[in-house]
Amino acid sequence: MTTTPTPEPAMVKETPGPTTGKKSASRAAREGLTSKTASGVSLVIALLWTLPTFGLLVSSFRPEREAKGNGWWNAFTDPNFTLDNYREVLGGEGDASLVTFLVNSIVITIPGVLIPITLATLAAYAFAWMKFKGRDVLFVAMFALQIVPIQVTLIPLLSLYTSPPFNLRPLAGRDAPAGGLYELWLSHAIFAMPLAIFLLHNFMREIPGELIESARVDGAGHVEIFTKIMLPLMAPAIAAFGIFQFLWVWNDLLVALVFSGPDVAPLTVKLVNLVGQRGEDWHLLSAGAFVSLVIPLAVFLGLQRYFVRGLLAGSVKG
Amino acid sequence: MRSRNIRHATIAAMAATGLVLAGCASDTSTSETNTAEGTSPGEGVEGCEDLTQFGDLSGTEVNVYTSIIEPESDAHKASYEKFTECTGAEVAYEGSNQFETQLIVRVRGGNAPDIAYVPQPGLLGTLVDTGSVVPAPEPTAENVDEFWGEDWKNYGSVDDTFYAAPLGANVKSFVWYSPKMFEKEGYEVPETWDEMLELSDEIAQKGDMKPWCAGIESGEGTGWVLTDWLEDALLRDVGPETYDQWVNHEIPFDDPQVVESLDRVGGILKNSDYVNGGHGDVNSIATTTFQDGGLPIIDGNCALHRQASFYAAQWPEGTDVSENGDVFAFYLPVTNEDNGRPVLGGGEFTVAFDDRPEVQAFQTYLSSDVWANEKAEATPGGGWVSANTGLDIELLGSPIDRLSAETFQDPEAVFRFDGSDLMPSAVGAGSFWKEMTSWITGDDSEDALQNIEESWPN
Amino acid sequence: MTTTEKLIQMVIAIALFIGVMAAILLLTQRLKSRRGERIQAVAFVGPALFLVAVGLLYPAVKTAYQSFFGANGENFVGIENYIDIFTNSGLLVVLRNTMLWVLLVPTLSTFIGLVYAVLVDRSRFEKLAKALVFLPMAISLVGASIIWKFVYEYKGTENTQIGLLNGVLKALGFDTYNFLFYSPWNTLFLIVILIWIQAGFAMTILSASIKAIPDDIVEAASLDGVSGLKMFFFITVPSIRPSLIVVLTTISIGTLKVFDIVQTSTGGRFDTSVLAYEYYFQYFVSLNQGLAAALAVVIFALVSPIIIYNVRQMRKLEAR
Repeated sequence: MTTTPTPEPAMVKETPGPTTGKKSASRAAREGLTSKTASGVSLVIALLWTLPTFGLLVSSFRPEREAKGNGWWNAFTDPNFTLDNYREVLGGEGDASLVTFLVNSIVITIPGVLIPITLATLAAYAFAWMKFKGRDVLFVAMFALQIVPIQVTLIPLLSLYTSPPFNLRPLAGRDAPAGGLYELWLSHAIFAMPLAIFLLHNFMREIPGELIESARVDGAGHVEIFTKIMLPLMAPAIAAFGIFQFLWVWNDLLVALVFSGPDVAPLTVKLVNLVGQRGEDWHLLSAGAFVSLVIPLAVFLGLQRYFVRGLLAGSVKG
Repeated sequence: MRSRNIRHATIAAMAATGLVLAGCASDTSTSETNTAEGTSPGEGVEGCEDLTQFGDLSGTEVNVYTSIIEPESDAHKASYEKFTECTGAEVAYEGSNQFETQLIVRVRGGNAPDIAYVPQPGLLGTLVDTGSVVPAPEPTAENVDEFWGEDWKNYGSVDDTFYAAPLGANVKSFVWYSPKMFEKEGYEVPETWDEMLELSDEIAQKGDMKPWCAGIESGEGTGWVLTDWLEDALLRDVGPETYDQWVNHEIPFDDPQVVESLDRVGGILKNSDYVNGGHGDVNSIATTTFQDGGLPIIDGNCALHRQASFYAAQWPEGTDVSENGDVFAFYLPVTNEDNGRPVLGGGEFTVAFDDRPEVQAFQTYLSSDVWANEKAEATPGGGWVSANTGLDIELLGSPIDRLSAETFQDPEAVFRFDGSDLMPSAVGAGSFWKEMTSWITGDDSEDALQNIEESWPN
Repeated sequence: MTTTEKLIQMVIAIALFIGVMAAILLLTQRLKSRRGERIQAVAFVGPALFLVAVGLLYPAVKTAYQSFFGANGENFVGIENYIDIFTNSGLLVVLRNTMLWVLLVPTLSTFIGLVYAVLVDRSRFEKLAKALVFLPMAISLVGASIIWKFVYEYKGTENTQIGLLNGVLKALGFDTYNFLFYSPWNTLFLIVILIWIQAGFAMTILSASIKAIPDDIVEAASLDGVSGLKMFFFITVPSIRPSLIVVLTTISIGTLKVFDIVQTSTGGRFDTSVLAYEYYFQYFVSLNQGLAAALAVVIFALVSPIIIYNVRQMRKLEAR
């Protein structure tokens, strides 16, 4: 690790270097290849990554018979587009309406992101900067629990929700509070925890220790350091992880199938049912997939500036 | 696990005597019948005559969990309206196409629905083992005795206790074809297996299309289409009694007779002159989805496709599914005249996880001829049929449904349930699917069947 | 429930949660003694630990226990399930495939994500370029399964093609190819799907950490005449090494758990199954609890090298 540069303490002002000829590592690396090759390679990757999705987008506007009968690229030589698929997907009234499921998805996702991130940030801070007995063992255990596949936990968790010990109120079943929303939020919090703590811990460790030490010397307590120094520095990293957690919860099907009652089923549950009784309507799925894509994509584009500022950039440059 | 608090104080565990209809001494045990007191809201209302026996169920709710999703579920919900109107009990419906795995999770997690529609009698056994299934009440059993054959009742029973009444049904022994194309080319619907092969040869020689098309890909269930093929062939070759022995593992899974029947299937599906019209070579059967399997018929790339009555839903909108239309089905011909006209089929069963009066009332309602006819009327577009003999065939919405119902009610027909649905899950939802997939892609019949035999749980 | 009721429930839950969190922070903020800090640590770590212990540890232990029992969880069978896994030739293929996934997915998606992050960094179309590669992450797997159906779908050469790849093959005059059929290549084609999804994750995190490389280091290096590929290998990669390890670890563990790609595309037939799918299939479809539990334990075991490596890295970092 000797080659790893120790980041300059953030308090130290950056020495004003010559502004000309200043370049980033990546730019310098890129110059090694000719810039033509570089843009060629990135273009190829972008194209390969987008093409399959593009095919689906085209298919979602094709009539059923054609979507099932020939390749989507035929739409260019023999253009025949329709909004029928979208109309059918967006149609339906009352409880069957897509809007109901959209609301459910939102209601599930927001606490499903907030709760685990808050808890994980607190825990990650403690694992990174507090000293207590058994810290390392607990952290490794937490990290290792990432491996438990969700399927393994479904039945034991559901049993706990339906018949909790100590006569606690059941969170699942006919009398579940809020139609089973609490079990969904709780489950998403549980499943997110190990990875969230692992990632946030790693980002926090990148923050220079001197910063914490000097604050301690000045008499600041952990709560103060956490709220006044750590949270502002970590904001980009937390936001970035928040986006990932948002995507995972939004796109989750498994947890929703097991823990959500019919009242609060999210969009993904509606989506898999779009294919029809025996999978005959998969042409509708293409439209449905794009409808469900809209919100996560908006969240990503809206919060992308955090990615540009960077997960670590905040911590290093203060 | 039956400790759910029963909220109605008025429940009187009435002895079944008051409700027993004459004459049907049932040999299987049932659940105690719980009936609500009070005057039924349906008293005196026209059309409710058969539903007043359930008493006043106002303010109660029955939740139902099924594999039937939109748009098919709409007709189901509509068919419960009469029940709600006449008894006052609401029905909360939930359908999911992940039903089979989710039901296991919910039952084992202690969150079972009141009633589930289970499509595999084999799964019923597993559910009964968890201890959370309650036996059917006496009135349900009586309905089943009255409207269904004994075989259907047995499929809903485990160890002489009757749990689950049959609901919908489907015919698997169908071959889809294009009546218009047949007429144009002068082909005739074959009456025997050999005639069917002669017809296949004729089509193959003509050369504009392969005679057969098939697809068995179905996610985790990949291979089930071939288990149906084998069962249909075996049922025709050896007759219903031996078929039952095979399903119950009283003869080895790889008995020489079974090998013979599988080779008979191979004579069609592994014959590269015959398959796979519109899709590719023999191997393409393995990777073509079952939904796409028969579609080449409408494009004129394939002539024959063996698939159940529910394949009707796969034809694109605008396809004329009728006797002289774009597509229709004929009965898969027999191989051996001595074995009558066996019909392979499947269906759902109503399994109850609670014995509150409204749950029992609903289960009984679903097993009645009243419901069957309500359901038929609620499904004018077709796509549903039942083996309930009280069902009025004229009410069914589509020609293929009427053909299915006629097949069920045909006195000469011998019905047998899809064997893989009756076998232990390790076989019926495991090795049988897997090995049939390996078989179509190259394994020989003996090896494939022997592997399944070895996987049978002790 | 009406929409308003749901939204109210959500607001109540969030308010409740924030209230509890604020109370914890306020109550512990004055504590500075040794004992006080211990209480603080409990307040910070406790809720997370509790959730994980109940929701993950308990089920995992229960699963490990079940792995010594038969199909319905009743008869004790010793290590028979494990013997089954390591002797049954079908399950050996599953192990082989799992190794392929765990080796290829993390390395390739990290590599592609890294190269792409470097190439588009500070370029004019950076935002758009990143959004394009990120897109697959935002699509639910239900959508992805259809997307890839349109790529791999096979029809005989003489038929009309629906799949993109076979459309290309046919247009070029080759015979069409049944991509998901021929083992072991079909596993590679399935792996491509996960790489397609995970590269966006790698790209996002690595791109951020590239931006965090202090400019002065780069300047110093370029004054020394370091440029191009050398800069990439000797400055960029070492500088973001901790992030690379995090990304590789996260994707490796994620890969071990993925079962739905296999489920929707081949159902595990044609020798494409992986451990996580086999677990799912045995437990929920074939209802073979004991064997399924043993498969889950094998997944736990496979991850231990990754954990040990990470622990050693953390030790090194502490020692720094």
